[in-house]
Amino acid sequence: MKRRDFFKQTLPASVTLPALLNGFSVKAFTGASPLVQALMGTATDTDKVLVLIQLNGGNDGLNMVIPIDIYRDYYNARSNIAIPQNKILPLNGTSKTGLHPSMTGVQTLFNENKVAIVQAVGYDKPNFSHFRATDIWMSASDSEQVLYTGWVGRYLNLEFPNFPHGYPTAQMPDPLAIQIGSVASLASQGSFPMAMTISDPTSIYDFNNVGDPVPSTPWGKELEYIRMIMGQTEAYGNVIRAAAARVTSQGSYPSNNDLAQQLRIVARLVKGGLKTRVYMVSTGGFDTHSSQVDTADTTIGTHAKLMARVSDAIKCFMDDLKGLGVDDRVIGMTFSEFGRRIKSNGSFGTDHGAAAPVIVFGKHVRGGIIGTNPTISSNARLNDNVPYQYDFRSIYASLLRQWFCVSDTDLKTVMLKDFPNIPLCINAACGATGIDDVRNDGEQLIINYPNPFVERTTITFNTKGGHTMVQVLDTMGRVIRVLTDRIYTSGTYTVTFDGYGLPLGVYYARFQNGATQQVRPMLKTR
Amino acid sequence: MDRREFFTLKRRAKATSPKPYAGLRQIYSGLAPYAGAWTEKEVIHLLKRTMFGAKRADIEHFKNMSLSQAVDELLNVPTSLPAPPVKNYDNSDIDAADADLTVAPGTTWVNTISKDFTANSRRMNSLKAWWIGNMINQDRSIREKMILFWHNHWTTESLMYDEIGTYGYRYHSLLCESALGNFKKLVKDMTLNVAMLRYLNGYLNTYTAPDENYARELQELFTLGKENNPNYTEDDVMTAARVLTGWRIKPEDESVYFKPQDHDKNSKTFSSFYNGTVIAGRSDATGGEAELDDLINMIFAKSVEVSEFIVKKLYTWFVYYTIGPDTITNVIKPLAQQFRDSGWEIKPVLATLLKSEHFFDANSQGCLIKSPLDMIVGLIREFDVAMPPSSDYVNYYNMLEFLHNQSVLMQQNIGDPPGVSGWPAYYQLPQFYEMWINHDTMPKRERFIDQLITTGYMRDNVKLIIDPVTFTKNSFPRALARDPNLLINAIVEVLYRVPISDASKARIKTQILLSGQVQDYYWTDEWDRLYDVPGDAVTYNTVYTRLRDLYKYLMNLAEYQLA
Repeated sequence: MKRRDFFKQTLPASVTLPALLNGFSVKAFTGASPLVQALMGTATDTDKVLVLIQLNGGNDGLNMVIPIDIYRDYYNARSNIAIPQNKILPLNGTSKTGLHPSMTGVQTLFNENKVAIVQAVGYDKPNFSHFRATDIWMSASDSEQVLYTGWVGRYLNLEFPNFPHGYPTAQMPDPLAIQIGSVASLASQGSFPMAMTISDPTSIYDFNNVGDPVPSTPWGKELEYIRMIMGQTEAYGNVIRAAAARVTSQGSYPSNNDLAQQLRIVARLVKGGLKTRVYMVSTGGFDTHSSQVDTADTTIGTHAKLMARVSDAIKCFMDDLKGLGVDDRVIGMTFSEFGRRIKSNGSFGTDHGAAAPVIVFGKHVRGGIIGTNPTISSNARLNDNVPYQYDFRSIYASLLRQWFCVSDTDLKTVMLKDFPNIPLCINAACGATGIDDVRNDGEQLIINYPNPFVERTTITFNTKGGHTMVQVLDTMGRVIRVLTDRIYTSGTYTVTFDGYGLPLGVYYARFQNGATQQVRPMLKTR
Repeated sequence: MDRREFFTLKRRAKATSPKPYAGLRQIYSGLAPYAGAWTEKEVIHLLKRTMFGAKRADIEHFKNMSLSQAVDELLNVPTSLPAPPVKNYDNSDIDAADADLTVAPGTTWVNTISKDFTANSRRMNSLKAWWIGNMINQDRSIREKMILFWHNHWTTESLMYDEIGTYGYRYHSLLCESALGNFKKLVKDMTLNVAMLRYLNGYLNTYTAPDENYARELQELFTLGKENNPNYTEDDVMTAARVLTGWRIKPEDESVYFKPQDHDKNSKTFSSFYNGTVIAGRSDATGGEAELDDLINMIFAKSVEVSEFIVKKLYTWFVYYTIGPDTITNVIKPLAQQFRDSGWEIKPVLATLLKSEHFFDANSQGCLIKSPLDMIVGLIREFDVAMPPSSDYVNYYNMLEFLHNQSVLMQQNIGDPPGVSGWPAYYQLPQFYEMWINHDTMPKRERFIDQLITTGYMRDNVKLIIDPVTFTKNSFPRALARDPNLLINAIVEVLYRVPISDASKARIKTQILLSGQVQDYYWTDEWDRLYDVPGDAVTYNTVYTRLRDLYKYLMNLAEYQLA
């Protein structure tokens, strides 16, 4: 039973939560009392860990995960920065998609079935501002919805209600989440910042506190906040230092790779026994408006270094986890606030774009490529963007469901809506997740005729049954029509898209049937 | 509208929110001139917000004036630039042919263009140290706080313009000259500033390859904000980028010029948000500037949006981050009106705000969490920590570099904010200033405090350290300081903006100043002996250790982080 269910059923309405909890000496009852069991047995018991890697600045996904099957269109759209076809790293099991030449580490992991690449991850009405787009990814909001909490924060709030009051507890003596670095992110913002921010796990500080009561005024609020951070730093600082001290030897990490160094701390703390669920790390420099490649050789330069940094860091981390014997417990994912434009600019760079691939890694990841390569028009225009195939929140929801065993009802509380699960990982403790393998690679599930079209075109799709949706997006990635959105029995169906009055140009039909999602480009002409 | 009318019209337009905003900040006061008590407390509030810390001498200076005179003096910023940064670095690893080698040590490098990466990287360090030096040596004006405000607003990151020192200096000079100037003029000047042109790719923005980076931020971050409804569209961003095509930087002299061949000569049509404004395409040599003027005029025609956006930012900087419905009505809207009426002058807006009863409302005081620079520079200034003179430039810059590095550790790297939106403490909902404080930065603040009050920072035999005895003697009359109760009260008054309880003060006195004894005269005797038996090492040491522990303790408390 969840803690809030328990209270709902047994408490008179007048008793408030914090008062009751503060009045209890939980230790004194140890396990014996059903009441204490209910109080203690609140959070899901799991030793699983999720690592989030933020690539700050908007990573150029098209030069990270490269569409080989449409290489000519890819090359035409970005000839000054395109990776030569013979330099693209191949991946086992597919001839259609390859990796940036610097990503040998991720290539190896992929071929060992420890990496899933989710294609074209984004959302409706993509925002092109770093600031706002980052908030959207962190908070898991809709494009135009402003949320002041993060998705990780909401998840931890659900599992550990009332945090930070009364914490650390016997059951959760450790920080709920840890952000490596000196800056807290919106992702871990719950009703309070749920993560601990640290850069050096071996150092702690003893704080003073006069403990004068604070009034309910603006300065009282700020004072209380600072004191809370001081108190947590001290309490959790000891725990973290002890965990770090338990690990005296680790695998090797390159010293000039800031991401690798952060992941090294994560591996150390995981091995050191912290029950911390989520770790967040970040690395920057992805805002490659200019000089993203060397003008003489597109396989080297700024973006190549960035790709090597990410790939090498993930590889060292995975090797270390294995060496430490904790690789069963960890999965991770990369994300960036947006991808970049399909077409490159005149300064050997790319401007802010829309959807981009996400890399999920770990021993228990369901490896492979999820989704199809983005579509690139044969004469890509300046403002063409990659439309999203997968909503980024589907990835969050899938990880929460399949890795942390969050129930469907609770998922809705955390994610605020339903998002289709994508098969990303396996945690036996979560039981069957009811997800079929994705039918994607090769099989065309949505087509339209005629194409190009003048006014109308007929869209035919093949659903395996269940909830099915067909949307039409414009080149800015905005959903402009929803052609159908309902339950079907399996079979082939048609719907009509009437583009009367819409500007000429490219539109995308997006098909979504459970985990299966595909995008079909359609051209409106005179 | 005359001034009186302006206040009477807008006063206390209450009852917009039936329940207190966010249940926390019930503040109804508006812009009517503050007429309450003008004591040290209010002077300190004004100084901590408009300068870096409240120095004893400054408190004395301003408390003998009226509030209005005090604000007028603070807003009367010098028109000249401070003496420029100097070459405090050596020539090792700098290309022998580079012009930097012609700059003599101790003289300024700002008039000599360097193409060498090493030289420029050192110049940027010199500039950053010098900038912090300007804050420490600030005159009695708001200028340094406003330069930092504008730096956070018109962000540039030196790492993104290859740390070219001369770019950085020209950027800083523009902020300095415009600190209290005309905002609309600053929009144009900043658009064509060499560092900004480079930072947001304006110099790469051409007809054949438009780059929308600056065009976006001009609207989103610099003038209109992103929260208007309706707001500019994605197409407006691209269209504005086309207006701004053709500006280049001449490598030889780093001058900014307009190249008509790279300019998009077609007419540019904007969305209905801008009433479908069409900016006529120009092709002559003056076309770029003419179109830029049109663009700025078009943006400023959204005068309510622009004025409210800037006023809210000033408010968040100087007052607090919670802006409830009553504050919108009573403060933001009338200030924005004044901003528009004055033709976009910053100074009158600040005068009204800083003299207002809203600014001195109990709910506006003590609630600002110090930024790292506010804490570091404020500490150096308030304790009058001795610095080498600037003529001893090697040691002077060494000390400033240490302070800069400390600020970087606490997440405020001046000249290199974390992104184009500036520091999250000034925009990130819902935490704002709280973003400065986390489990990593809080211990770093404490360690800095501990170092300055105990061992000090030493480099090349020059030491940066708080002298608690001299500070106490200079700040408080003997008659006051010999009474441990009065002394603690007086110190708390200067260091803190929020009260601590009598019980806590009594405990601090007993445990620290009296070393666990109960009689006040143990302290009084020691203090008197310091004056009566000058040079007595034992007495000096007794007083020194107790005062050192007292200041350390008080600065280590959370209360010290509030301004």
